Amino acid sequence: MSALLEVLQLRKHFPIRGGLLNRQTATVRAVDDISFTVEAGETLGVVGESGCGKSTTARLAMHLITPDEGTIVFDGRTVGSSQMPLRDLRRQMQMVFQDSFASLNPRLTIEESIAFGPQVHGTPKAEARERARDLLAKVGLNPAQFIRRYPHELSGGQRQRVNIARALALRPRLVILDESVSALDKSVQAQVLNLLADLKEEFGLTYLFISHDLHVVQYMSDRVMVMYLGRIAEVGPVRALYENPLHPYTRGLLSAMPSLDPDKRTSAAPLIGDPPNPINPPSGCRFRTRCPHAEAVCAEKEPVLAAVGTERLAACHMVVAGSGHSKAAEVAA
Amino acid sequence: MNTPIKESLVEVRDLTVRFENNDAAIHAVNGVSFSLERGEVLGILGESGSGKSVTLKTLMRLLPARKTKLGGSMRVAGQDVMAMDARALTAYRGKVVSMIFQEPMLAFDPVFTIGQQIGEAVIKHEGLSKAEARKRALQMLERVQIPSAARRLDAYPHELSGGMRQRAMIALALACKPALLLADEPTTALDATVQIQILLLLRELQKELGMAVIFVTHDVGVAVEVSDRIAVMYAGRFIETGDIGALIRNPRHPYTQGLLAANVLPGTARGGRIEAIPGSPPNLASLPPGCAFAPRCRHVQERCRVTFPVATPVGAAHTVHCILSEAGALSAAL
Repeated sequence: MSALLEVLQLRKHFPIRGGLLNRQTATVRAVDDISFTVEAGETLGVVGESGCGKSTTARLAMHLITPDEGTIVFDGRTVGSSQMPLRDLRRQMQMVFQDSFASLNPRLTIEESIAFGPQVHGTPKAEARERARDLLAKVGLNPAQFIRRYPHELSGGQRQRVNIARALALRPRLVILDESVSALDKSVQAQVLNLLADLKEEFGLTYLFISHDLHVVQYMSDRVMVMYLGRIAEVGPVRALYENPLHPYTRGLLSAMPSLDPDKRTSAAPLIGDPPNPINPPSGCRFRTRCPHAEAVCAEKEPVLAAVGTERLAACHMVVAGSGHSKAAEVAA
Repeated sequence: MNTPIKESLVEVRDLTVRFENNDAAIHAVNGVSFSLERGEVLGILGESGSGKSVTLKTLMRLLPARKTKLGGSMRVAGQDVMAMDARALTAYRGKVVSMIFQEPMLAFDPVFTIGQQIGEAVIKHEGLSKAEARKRALQMLERVQIPSAARRLDAYPHELSGGMRQRAMIALALACKPALLLADEPTTALDATVQIQILLLLRELQKELGMAVIFVTHDVGVAVEVSDRIAVMYAGRFIETGDIGALIRNPRHPYTQGLLAANVLPGTARGGRIEAIPGSPPNLASLPPGCAFAPRCRHVQERCRVTFPVATPVGAAHTVHCILSEAGALSAAL
């Protein structure tokens, strides 16, 4: 496998303005120097709590917002350079959002919405409409019944199917799914997850799958990236990460999932407190204020994302031998 | 029976709620009956539009009277809730029954401090003095484990983080020690690591105060964490009710089975398909006659489209409204 999307040292800080002269008073460090790759054909799941930067990461990758710093390389070509202007990127990379209604133009019919992208990119109108009808059938909506309808005439699940069809209309290679199934009822969510799996196989797609639902991410992903306050805490193959999390935050997040066995209810909360504000993240390791293993070194030095074995990465002093953390040796060993 | 029949804390019989518009009537609740003992926790599990929140709001009589048609009977702590006038309701809400919501920011008044709002409730219901009320408010904030509670007493709602606001709302709801707490998805908007803290807190307070709780959620995991008993709701009806263990391990209604499968339980094989229920929930303005799940059901028979099946017991404390179980009960009896 080769990397389809490479993100290098990506950073986005949002200024907060206020006061009499509207001067910058603070900075939200939404995404702070993160690097990762998405291999061709895989699904990379991204999990984290609100404010961890997972949606900002998605929007940066799509260039819907401009990064302050960092490089995005798609299929070996640097995005934004002459090798890959944004127009080309949008043809290769598409996104499906959480709010199925807000992401459709209320004045366009379903057919017009799906055909719009291809037409902008030079496909003749008739052909674009033909493609829209094909795609509607592929996402499980009868074209004859739906092409003339408007978004408000559809249910949430149907609208999200339309959004998926529209994302596929440009025949992209990478689709970013940002909480795309989160707003759907469970019974409908399951249908859409099945659909996403089918489409991935049929069109040879690569997914960046963002969700706060750990069960869904486990089901969908080949690899998982865990984010905390604008940084990557851990990356690894789904099975290894769920069975043997390396970062204490991943461990906390996984054990915070409600138990599904009435005889094995959770007896103690794995983490205390709320996630801190990304405006003033703690010094050193950002997780140290909630970490049961925090020591002096965690406040002084920010841990780097270090390789553990061949496939896993974790940003914790405990996984690096000689980092100064008292448990460093035993965990690394 | 020789022992005198003691009334349960909550007795709801054939509750119906209909919202009337100019052109359509929305049948939100269509004949819900249940009873709840003191100290018992009932989880109501359902998807959006199933009528679970409406059932809760009706118990609190929060729905606008002009556009809502109520039917059936509701008794809470021996009082007829249907017959209450405005004055009786004021005494009832907060004292006998309290409610917590998904969005604590909307439950608090933004221009008063947390301490003032908790204080107001105890002054109204228990006639405490201002100083005593402040003391009670502080106790409550400490009780819900808000760090540096004394300082938070004078904080405004917007100054608290999401998890802390939720704790403050629980403190407000429990300030007058109600016999029944209604919880409407109180953890849905919270992050996973905060959600479990709030669930554990609610469980602890419920035991300590011995109050009954009706907990509405769409999340099976959350329901399992807090409930003694679960009612699965679909199109305004309880279609299956049972003790938590029996219902989760041995769901009998095809909808419950599908809902549990659709929750992508851990261990769902990756790459395997999720057993999804086809179609989408029914339109409450034009419900089909008979079983509302029939159009989506794999096992549908002609009979399902005509009459809603009666409650069939399938275990000690487990009943289901489905003809499949009726047949099962019959063959077991033969």
